[in-house]
Amino acid sequence: MGMTMTQKILAAHAGLESVTAGQLINAKLDIVLGNDITTPVAVNEFKKAGFNKVFDKDRVAIVLDHFVPNKDIKAAEQSKQCREFACSHCVSHFYDVGKMGIEHALLPEQGVVTAGDCIIGADSHTCTYGALGAFSTGVGSTDMAAGMATGMAWFKVPSAIKFNIKNKLPSNCSGKDVILTIIGMIGVDGALYKSMEFCGDGVASLSMDDRLCICNMAIEAGAKNGIFPVDEVTKAYMNGRCERKPVVYEADADAEYEKVIDIDLSKIVPTVACPHLPENTHPASELSDIKIDQVVIGSCTNGRMEDMEIAYRILSGKKVADGVRCIIIPGTMQILRECVEKGYYTAFIDAGAVVSTPTCGPCLGGYMGILAAGERCIATTNRNFVGRMGHTESEVYLASPATAAASALTGYITHPKEV
Amino acid sequence: MNTKGKVFKYPDNVDTDVIIPARYLNTANAKELALHCMEDIDTEFVKKVEKGDVMVAGWNFGCGSSREHAPLVIKTCGTGCVIAKSFARIFYRNAINIGLPILECEKAAEEINANDEVSVDFDTGLITNHTNGKTYKAQPFPPFIQNIIKCGGLLKSLKEGENDD
Repeated sequence: MGMTMTQKILAAHAGLESVTAGQLINAKLDIVLGNDITTPVAVNEFKKAGFNKVFDKDRVAIVLDHFVPNKDIKAAEQSKQCREFACSHCVSHFYDVGKMGIEHALLPEQGVVTAGDCIIGADSHTCTYGALGAFSTGVGSTDMAAGMATGMAWFKVPSAIKFNIKNKLPSNCSGKDVILTIIGMIGVDGALYKSMEFCGDGVASLSMDDRLCICNMAIEAGAKNGIFPVDEVTKAYMNGRCERKPVVYEADADAEYEKVIDIDLSKIVPTVACPHLPENTHPASELSDIKIDQVVIGSCTNGRMEDMEIAYRILSGKKVADGVRCIIIPGTMQILRECVEKGYYTAFIDAGAVVSTPTCGPCLGGYMGILAAGERCIATTNRNFVGRMGHTESEVYLASPATAAASALTGYITHPKEV
Repeated sequence: MNTKGKVFKYPDNVDTDVIIPARYLNTANAKELALHCMEDIDTEFVKKVEKGDVMVAGWNFGCGSSREHAPLVIKTCGTGCVIAKSFARIFYRNAINIGLPILECEKAAEEINANDEVSVDFDTGLITNHTNGKTYKAQPFPPFIQNIIKCGGLLKSLKEGENDD
């Protein structure tokens, strides 16, 4: 029986000819990742267990991104602990303020992750790197500690759902609308423990930023990982960028899938996930009476350059509606710099928005845009659970950068074609 | 190994943001964090929970973030076990890795009510509801995972493996 793309990567990293769904394996890791919230717990466990060195200083990545520049004294202590650990173990991929970005925007951009990799990260959105044709999944801090110590992790080989993508997206739609539509179809546990393998003729029309966004939210359907095949778009992105040689895996023609779901990109519409679950999706056009207080454009889901370009195209020369706070957060320092160079930064300010340095901040209710009771935000982030961005009586609506930017101009949830 | 206590009942899709809101994650101190366990959906939980008590929930318990702080605060509060129809995968993995006993049992999760007196035998997977005398059998862990739990968590099991070499 053939293997899925995910199964092939796992088999190779476990030193096995083949694996089947449900099999427990021990796999070699290419990158082990942590952030300023999960690394301190991992460091404590690492030390408590008596480990004194990381398996490979070039294969550990620590990114301070959730609460930096530090939001308070406690956050500063956690960053300090990460910094000291990274320094004492000579971790080469340590990203501090000035160099950091939101981890899942940063690692692909910096070429730290590549096709064919087996990656774990103590952050649930580690599944993002599947866009490059890697197996990449989120774990907890103890797994991170074990991974840093041994370079290995145990996995139960997942079964897969195949998403057969055809045609092209209409204008006004992007990867975010695709993944929100899929989560709306299959539910927040629709891919629980499984791989989401995206393939089909339509893949070629999706940009890398679209693919990164789609894989990023695989976890929001409960998936272990999301993955795209490696094609010319991926190769062009990786060329000259990745520090290690990409390895290309393809699913076998007779690979077994639990389900095959057809996705016709031409039928996708601007989509919004209403409170309090990402599966609670509706067309943006049906939500035009929902008034908003805040807009957030950024996060590991939608803080990339294409997202900034979309926001710029919609906001440039216009004004954010009275009574709306519009917060734009470029995902990395390189993206922020490009926003400055291209004049986006000025255009955002002229439109009445604020621009922050990279941070996860508001997405998880950390800082930089916390909501009061009764307030509503439309955000390009990934979760809209109770209290996610602040008060338990506040509401988060998840949408694409185009829908979020259009809504900033009107003060109501707005289909991008309306502005 | 077993636990016995009263039941706290929760719905489907209990996410890690309500188990431990991110606004408190500026510390990794489990005792400090545990003061806010379940705060955003049940402010009474931390006041009422006693050692050995059991959480019973629906589908996809622990969905959302990878924060290990979530199973850690549930355990630190004294909760003896979580029974759910299903668990989100990172939560499931984290619970095993930090030694919080969890069991998947759809029927038990459906029928057990809040405040029932329940005991759980982790070796056999037997769940007993002492309030009405009903029993349920959950799937015990596969041997690979039983070994991690027996060793007292993932890192200790790795250390033991190291000594074997």
